[in-house]
Amino acid sequence: MLSFIAQRVAKGVIVLLAIIVLNFFLIRLAPGDPAVVMAGEAGASDQMFVAQLREKFGLDRPLPEQLLIYVKGIATLDLGFSFRQQAPVSRLIAERLPATLLLTLSAFAISLALGVLFGALAARFAGTFLDTAITVLALVFYATPLFWIALIAILLFSVWVDWLPSFGYETVGAGYTGLRHALDVGAHLVMPAATLGLFFMATYTRMTRASMLEVKRLDFVKTARAKGLRDGVILQRHVLRNALLPVVTLAGVHAGTLVGGAVLTETVFAWPGIGRLMYDALIQRDYNLLLGVFVVSSAMVLIFNLVTDLVYRLVDPRIEYAS
Amino acid sequence: MIKRALLGIVIGCGLSVAQAEEPKVGGVVNAVIQPEPPGLMLAMVQNGPTQMVSGNIFEGLLRYSPKLEPLPGLAASWTISPDAKVYTFKLKPGVTWHDGKPFTSADVLFSIEMLKQTHARARNNLVMVEKVEAPDDLTVVFTLKEPFGPFIGIFEVGSLPMVPKHLYEGTDYKTNPNNNAPIGTGPFMFKEWQKGSFIRMVKNPNYHEKGKPYLDEVYWQIIPDAAARSVAFETGKVDVLPGGSIENFDVPRVSKLPGACVTGAGWEFFSPLSWMWLNLRNPILANKKVRQAIMYAIDRDFAKDVIWNGLGKVATGPSASTIKFYTDDVPKYPYDPAKAKALLKEAGYKGEKIRMLPLAYGETWQRWGEAVKQNLQDVGMTIETIATDVPGGNQKIMEWDYDIAFTYLYQYGDPALGVSRNYLTSAIAKGQLFNNVEGYSNPEVDKLFAEGATAPTDAKRKEAYDKVQKILVEDVPVAWLLELQFPTITKCKVKNLITTGVGVNDGFRDAWLDK
Repeated sequence: MLSFIAQRVAKGVIVLLAIIVLNFFLIRLAPGDPAVVMAGEAGASDQMFVAQLREKFGLDRPLPEQLLIYVKGIATLDLGFSFRQQAPVSRLIAERLPATLLLTLSAFAISLALGVLFGALAARFAGTFLDTAITVLALVFYATPLFWIALIAILLFSVWVDWLPSFGYETVGAGYTGLRHALDVGAHLVMPAATLGLFFMATYTRMTRASMLEVKRLDFVKTARAKGLRDGVILQRHVLRNALLPVVTLAGVHAGTLVGGAVLTETVFAWPGIGRLMYDALIQRDYNLLLGVFVVSSAMVLIFNLVTDLVYRLVDPRIEYAS
Repeated sequence: MIKRALLGIVIGCGLSVAQAEEPKVGGVVNAVIQPEPPGLMLAMVQNGPTQMVSGNIFEGLLRYSPKLEPLPGLAASWTISPDAKVYTFKLKPGVTWHDGKPFTSADVLFSIEMLKQTHARARNNLVMVEKVEAPDDLTVVFTLKEPFGPFIGIFEVGSLPMVPKHLYEGTDYKTNPNNNAPIGTGPFMFKEWQKGSFIRMVKNPNYHEKGKPYLDEVYWQIIPDAAARSVAFETGKVDVLPGGSIENFDVPRVSKLPGACVTGAGWEFFSPLSWMWLNLRNPILANKKVRQAIMYAIDRDFAKDVIWNGLGKVATGPSASTIKFYTDDVPKYPYDPAKAKALLKEAGYKGEKIRMLPLAYGETWQRWGEAVKQNLQDVGMTIETIATDVPGGNQKIMEWDYDIAFTYLYQYGDPALGVSRNYLTSAIAKGQLFNNVEGYSNPEVDKLFAEGATAPTDAKRKEAYDKVQKILVEDVPVAWLLELQFPTITKCKVKNLITTGVGVNDGFRDAWLDK
């Protein structure tokens, strides 16, 4: 198993390097560079100003040289300097990463737990009113745009009933500490996490339901039933466990994309995370920052994929790792 | 030559007239800032959000009334020599930086030199300065190469912020650690910046205007989504929505919320004017008749009433009506599609494709692009819209790769500071923004703008600017659209927020909370 992990890590590093090189050139294909953006925002520009900015960003150097400098930096875990934000990229990402992780992992945990639960319930009571209700709701959440759900949630819970705060990570200026602070952050987290999680929850619900119904028809389930096992035990030990493999695969893919997927949620709820940082970096052509976020999110996708592969083994002991 | 001597203190008294009620001390105000500023060091970063927040931390030598008359800032008074070439500023005594060090004329001299390197607009504004001297700690003397009428208008905080010499001299400006925790002389001191969440400023207890500021703290809340900003105001989480914070179509609704107050004041210095660049290098647009046809074809009243919800004013020419030397005694271009069609026919236009670049600033601008496209198509023009984001659009404009492009620019109170740059032959320079990107060249216009800038009296300046406005409006080098209005919406309990022509960007020193 260790050699399997080592192999996967080595492959991951190669993939990461390819992502960096590809993104490095892709980003620069977009018209407009940081000097143009900053000259635009300053409301004034002359040759000296734009030339100064280009020199400052290193944009006056040949592209291969810029790439080499960047890759060398990455090798020493230096993600470069964001001249626009006037701070090291790694610091900017580190400042925002905890908020994003809190949001996405909460959303992920909620969606996975509830999705599997509702999916299992729908499968258990297939063809009943409960099944129809769960399936229809899942379809609605799956099809409704995230930003719309977010805005309606704000209207409902912030404007009309005033139960939950509409924006931010905490109550600014309240100075809460300890448990009070945790509760305050929790209150701010409810709407963004629920909004972000609803889409994924709907997916898991549908996937779990379909997968369980398929597994229920297989011979070993009939055997289990013939052995006289109770329905609950059969569903839990035999059906659900076997039906989870596609759900785990999907969750692995989703976990990696949650960072990027949080852009909308973070924007609507003013959640100070990495998704919004990435969006701003894109709009402002902040090359180093954008690449830095890509590197981190790509690394997360790779890590989650590895974790997914390892979880397969836990879910299904029949799977073995080829070294 | 008439001797001119302006004593700012006298004019400064005018400010207190607005303060009918007795200000109350204390309280916290939450304001929205959008987008999040990249930095707060005003000498290094000059975008809108930075100016808005940092206008509380830093100060300029002067401030400006809604009529754009100079008011005392860090300079208590000033005089102008009879030949209009020597400007002598007497600095306010007893002013200190937020770290306790005294503010002196040496800081002014240092700031001028630093800004020449880091601040493109300041560099352009200072081009007429021959030398700057500091005969003593509280006196600064600017000597100009020749008289420059708008010179007294360049000392606003965003245009010429004062920088602490003791913290920046001999350092690498761009990596100076003080950029992250700026030290100024302003009414509020930088306290904390949680990136992506808020910027916190606290009262400067040693502020040089005794008793001010009234507020204890100001929080700048960073809320990226326009709808969420409206909700934050609606639910009482923020008290101030500076102009442009929310989508235009939401302004009427939010303005009518209980406890909401609205003002269009505070934009006199910036006077944002919108127009469409017309690339005169395109042989079709090089024809004056086609350009005049475009002016007649565009229904600008519709744009004002429907797209901008009645906010703003139809532009009559290159100057906004709020800046100095504006005249409406110019040719007029009412909405007249029939006349537009006739002019296009006279010009021999045969439906050749014209590329139009809308401004990627959100919903309102997108709709405006669509409306103008329809206006132009109605008179027989073939318009192709080019979709791009802001950096991509700017790149195309500065490389002259467009036919028609939307824009809006600040006018900075005086034609010589914010208007002439778009029409002078000397301002045609590829690879730059906000200059003469349309490629218009008229020696008569160049001469008149030069006269207007350097004439020794305001009467002479007006004469030159009256003439140049007429010529430009007749020539239509660009298609002027609207004088934009970005109302500031506040909770009515926030009093006296806007007292000058620089508006919210001038800081919250006079604001107080009616608790």
